[in-house]
Amino acid sequence: MASNQLTKASGGFQRRKVVDRVMTGIAYAFTAFALVALVWVIAYVMSRGIQVWSLSFFTETTALFGDGGGIYNAMIGTAWIVLLAVLIGVPVGVMAGIYLADFGDNRLGDFIRFTADTMAGIPSIVVGLFIYALLILIMGWNAFAGACALAILMLPVIARTTEGIIRLVPGEIREASLALGLPQWKTMFRVVLPTAAAGIITGVFLAVARAAGETAPLIFTMLGSNFTNTNPLEGAMSAVSLYVYQASSSPYEAVQNAAWGAALVLLIFVLTLNFIARAIALRQKA
Amino acid sequence: MSQEGGKAGPQRAGGTSSVTAQTMEVQNLSAYYNKFKAVTDVSMKIEPNKVTALIGPSGCGKSTFIRTLNRMHEIARGGRIEGKVLLDGEDIYDDRVDPVQVRRKIGMVFQKPNPFPTMSVYDNVVAGLKLERRHKKSELDEVVEKMLRQAALWDEVKDKLSANGTDLSGGQQQRLCIARTLALEPQVILLDEPASALDPMSSQKIEDAMQELKERYTIVIVTHNMQQASRSSDYTGFFFIEDMGQPGQLWEFGETSKMFSNPERQETEDYVTGRFG
Repeated sequence: MASNQLTKASGGFQRRKVVDRVMTGIAYAFTAFALVALVWVIAYVMSRGIQVWSLSFFTETTALFGDGGGIYNAMIGTAWIVLLAVLIGVPVGVMAGIYLADFGDNRLGDFIRFTADTMAGIPSIVVGLFIYALLILIMGWNAFAGACALAILMLPVIARTTEGIIRLVPGEIREASLALGLPQWKTMFRVVLPTAAAGIITGVFLAVARAAGETAPLIFTMLGSNFTNTNPLEGAMSAVSLYVYQASSSPYEAVQNAAWGAALVLLIFVLTLNFIARAIALRQKA
Repeated sequence: MSQEGGKAGPQRAGGTSSVTAQTMEVQNLSAYYNKFKAVTDVSMKIEPNKVTALIGPSGCGKSTFIRTLNRMHEIARGGRIEGKVLLDGEDIYDDRVDPVQVRRKIGMVFQKPNPFPTMSVYDNVVAGLKLERRHKKSELDEVVEKMLRQAALWDEVKDKLSANGTDLSGGQQQRLCIARTLALEPQVILLDEPASALDPMSSQKIEDAMQELKERYTIVIVTHNMQQASRSSDYTGFFFIEDMGQPGQLWEFGETSKMFSNPERQETEDYVTGRFG
């Protein structure tokens, strides 16, 4: 007979097995709960939104009466503000990230990091108000100001993501480049940044996805409009998120339904950006 | 001056005796990290077309020292030096000297193979040339083959030049890094424990390559491998640290045969015979 008697019943072990199963079950249950909520939102928006989708929904301009019209002008508005916000936010954010990663180990760097992290937490409507005071009171309603507000919201995310990814690039890679007699700026732009590119692009896509759905900062800047405006520097302009907000508070049921259609467009846009971001991140890992 | 920036590079890459190995002379060099003195008062002459090995126990400043020879030391936070390092009689630490130019003339291979992960084998070899300015494709093709041959890697990778540099084995990666350094046609090559992360076979290949390379270049190598040092070097410098917290010093320097058979100082003998270290 074995002297250790390892198989002899030990109360603690049996109890732990039971507790383990219960806890695993609870963890699964909560995960399922979170997933159900997410899937429900997507499914519900889809079922409501798809009903109002038709060709004219994408070719007509918005209306806050009748059947709610289409979202042609709102999509143009969203395209404009996303494009402009990227053009403003990405270069500034990436350069700030480079500064933080490469030269930011000092008081100024700490201050910028603190500011960026605080900025990331500022309610977007406050940013909208800020731009309202800064630009709109002088220029009048315009989409460029809306893009500025979105860029401000994207900035801290892009800067901090870029910083983190650049810090992940092994020091040996940087050393190899410097030892080849490449100056610091070439080392950064031709060796370090390409190595970090996938991560930075992922961060940019996520920031864009976040900004594209923002509504509050647009209310104070581009206002919204039922007409097609292709000049981002002048006049009110609609955006898909703005239209969702405005149409859903309409007293007419048809207009409310149109808001679901626009919400579905927004949802698909954001999900697509997220998928692209994930695909890029995964391809880099492989 | 026998070497000028304009003459270096690929226009000479096709030639046979294009590289001139140069003498380096270190005069009273001390290296610091902020206030901490890591290496003190080193003087030595590094002969052209010879292999100079630097040996010694861990933490005695060998790596710090070798990094002062091409101004890589100052990249580290608080890294600075006192003293002089002459390349062909010219102080590389002169205020008017651009460290970027120094590093093109004095190449370096590191302990851990570090090919650029976003580049192919081909692009890794010519990275230093391509990122400097535009070159003709035919020129680059020639450089790639020549340098990979010199680094004894050509036969193994000639069919996968477009593969990612990091897909090669560790030993191949290290030889790729050597080829990448050679492509700039430096006058001096510094190797900081190039084989310590490699298996014995790969290590042997690097050693063989080094023997070929010394025909053209001045070579300085930091190594922990006594056999490697005694077999492949012409001169040996023994670095030693008297006590913890003290700076490392060049304890003894001389011809390898003498250093390994009949050194002047007791500590050198103890170290090369494996009694400590």
